[in-house]
Amino acid sequence: MIALVDYRAGNLTSVRKALAAVGAEFFTPQRPSDLARADGLIVPGVGHFGSTRALDEGWRSAMLALINADVPVLGICLGLQYLFEGSDEAPDAPGLGLLRGRSTLLPPTLKVPHVGWNALEVTAPSTILEGIPTGSQVYFTHSYAAPVTDACVASTTHSAPFAAVVERNNIAGVQFHPEKSADVGLRVLRNFLRITKSPNLPITKSP
Amino acid sequence: MLAKRIIACLDVRDGRVVKGINFNDLSVAGDPALLARRYNVEGIDELVILDVTATIEGRRALADTIRAVSAELFIPLAVGGGIRSEEDAAAAVESGADKVSLNSAALAEPALLTRLAARYGSQAVVVAIDAKRENDRFAVYARSGRAATGRDAVEWAREAADRGAGEILLTSIDRDGTRSGFDCELTADVSSSVPIPVIASGGAGAFEHFHDVFTRGKADAALAASIFHYSEHAVADLKQYLGAHGVPVRL
Repeated sequence: MIALVDYRAGNLTSVRKALAAVGAEFFTPQRPSDLARADGLIVPGVGHFGSTRALDEGWRSAMLALINADVPVLGICLGLQYLFEGSDEAPDAPGLGLLRGRSTLLPPTLKVPHVGWNALEVTAPSTILEGIPTGSQVYFTHSYAAPVTDACVASTTHSAPFAAVVERNNIAGVQFHPEKSADVGLRVLRNFLRITKSPNLPITKSP
Repeated sequence: MLAKRIIACLDVRDGRVVKGINFNDLSVAGDPALLARRYNVEGIDELVILDVTATIEGRRALADTIRAVSAELFIPLAVGGGIRSEEDAAAAVESGADKVSLNSAALAEPALLTRLAARYGSQAVVVAIDAKRENDRFAVYARSGRAATGRDAVEWAREAADRGAGEILLTSIDRDGTRSGFDCELTADVSSSVPIPVIASGGAGAFEHFHDVFTRGKADAALAASIFHYSEHAVADLKQYLGAHGVPVRL
């Protein structure tokens, strides 16, 4: 059963519908202790990074315990940024710090927010992107973005390249919205579902 | 590169699509969910459901329509027409709309934009602006183009963006329904004045019109209704045309 964390950063109706469409069983944990029974964790979210403050110490430690126990986690949009150390959008709100780096405002050379369909440049083999070729177009809506680091498996360019997809061990994140990215997005959710159902399948095969 | 979006608009009354539909397959005519599915297969980038009913029964039908369309459609879905309050917006969002589009209500109470942006995020808040050429400016009209507001389109678009709107849906009243092309001057004026995306609407009649509004008009997206209803492959053909003419599109 996948835990879909609802911390009131945007409406989750679309995420729920997309998860149902790929046959995922999921629940919305009401308190941190509910996470104990999850075999997968999705941290969604859209809007302001400051809304992650709603995830207090109890939630943070429950999520980290789950992730440390090798339960697969998928961050979506703000959820991807939350995997990093923090964001310039709300400097006092810490991320989970699972990945190094901070999110910064996209350069204003082109319009910000970055809204619409843009292409993935796949830069490393990845389980969450299995079956999704480089150049696939997905739907973004965001102003801040995480840096391209060695955790990045696909980047997208809007004025400058940013981390569109990250993956390390049991941690994955997508800056775009899989629930709004047509067949490509559903494929990402199916890949994640498959990962949660294969306890011996780490997201990343390399150490 | 960020693709220019092609958006189809479904005018819905009491749960049925009302604008002229001419698909050979008559079973599709009028059913928003079937029509949405067909657009999706063709590669439409986004859908707008414009509710043209005013009755309570129509409102309930709208929620059912949003649910039916969004249950199997995994692209952005915006809902507009008659959204006057946070409650109206909540009903649309909870039924499955990703974005709500406000027009007259935002003009009457601009603070509503800020409240909705705080609740759902700016990406969920679209401001629809209906503008008409008057002397050397573009005047904003409310209530489906019937009521002059005394406001200037560029100035109102800037304020809407400042107050939390995430996109502008800009309709030329002069061009709407004429199929004579988008108003590229209006679109470029607004698009170059705001940091948020501008969706051009009103006047689409030929593929060249989309090319014009994406280049001269500086539009980020273009919306049309009837041009897509008259041919079964219009969306795919349009995207192929734009791609061949140097406009980045999602293929």
